[in-house]
Amino acid sequence: MPHIDFKNDLPGIRSAMAFRPETAGPLNQLAQILLRDENGLSRADRELIATLVSYRNDCFYCHNSHGEIACIYLDGDRNLVNQVRQNFETAEISEKLKALLNIAAKVQNSGKDVNEADIERAKKHGASDVEIHDTVLIAAAFCMFNRYVDGLATYAPTEMDSYPVRAKQIAENGYGTHVYSQNQPK
Amino acid sequence: MSQRLFKNIKPKKMAHINVEEGVPGIRSLALFRPETGKSLYALAQVLLRGESPLSEAERELIAAYVSGRNNCRFCMSSHAAAARCLYGEDSNVVDEVLNDMDHSSTSAKMKSLLRIAGQVQILGKEVTDADILNARSYGATDREIHDTVLIAATFSMFNRYVDGLATFTPTDESEYKAMGERLAEKGYVQPKTQA
Repeated sequence: MPHIDFKNDLPGIRSAMAFRPETAGPLNQLAQILLRDENGLSRADRELIATLVSYRNDCFYCHNSHGEIACIYLDGDRNLVNQVRQNFETAEISEKLKALLNIAAKVQNSGKDVNEADIERAKKHGASDVEIHDTVLIAAAFCMFNRYVDGLATYAPTEMDSYPVRAKQIAENGYGTHVYSQNQPK
Repeated sequence: MSQRLFKNIKPKKMAHINVEEGVPGIRSLALFRPETGKSLYALAQVLLRGESPLSEAERELIAAYVSGRNNCRFCMSSHAAAARCLYGEDSNVVDEVLNDMDHSSTSAKMKSLLRIAGQVQILGKEVTDADILNARSYGATDREIHDTVLIAATFSMFNRYVDGLATFTPTDESEYKAMGERLAEKGYVQPKTQA
């Protein structure tokens, strides 16, 4: 049972967004820029960062939702998404993305854990300042989204075939008011 | 005199990315990446200044409390300064809460909401049914619980953002007092220039 009465039966963050559209506006705008911008990091990279951080925050709804979105951008390679969840250092991804995921993993614990060696490693593999910025902010933003979703005990579907359906909606239309409209993808 | 001198000292430690030198905390990041700065300032404005059953002072206090627990000096000092301004003659409560929330003079209801915020700071799942029942027993509504959780979650983001990129943290308390007065008076306005 959710901690508050959302007055809707939408899953996860969608229920909280429908409850309070005034805050949903900037939250969706933030997600849209951080996860959909094609400058620097790819959309797959961005969703993988979101997935790793959500997984480490033990947020079932978020890590499954964003894992499925990443999966779509990776042409269905769910195995790669799982590699990133389990151990990104040995995953079949670029050294640059590993270095950025290392920064994201530090941010997940505390911003202060990111040290100069972490930044040097990312820069050595070609990460730009904007890519480092976006990595830190995606990781920080999911420390917010995860806490919002779990702190209010929102409903997390256990029917796993519902996640790809919602992921398809995001991959096609991005983030915006449509995610919390009553007309949900089926 | 000594404060003036302090202001002129350049920060020794550089930020992790090439932001404008000497511009503190989140301001330097909003100037570096205005696209994300826009939604972050809009979020802070609606969450901390928009319509809510919690007062602006109470919301700033939740922000300062979470930032203190995350050991983020920039966010804690600036939002504590804003809260002190907004509480006016009751401003002592801010430092009481930051030092020892359970023994502070804030209301039992506010303590129960700060307790929820503190649990969110650890992790969302740490908020228990007992925490929610406790807040309800003091009259907390769904909206108050919602706003408390989202403020605590949001500052778990801002704190990591500001510290994860090693932005400039002023050490002169008078700078925070000025920031607090500006935040209390003008709210959250996306910075367009260094000033």
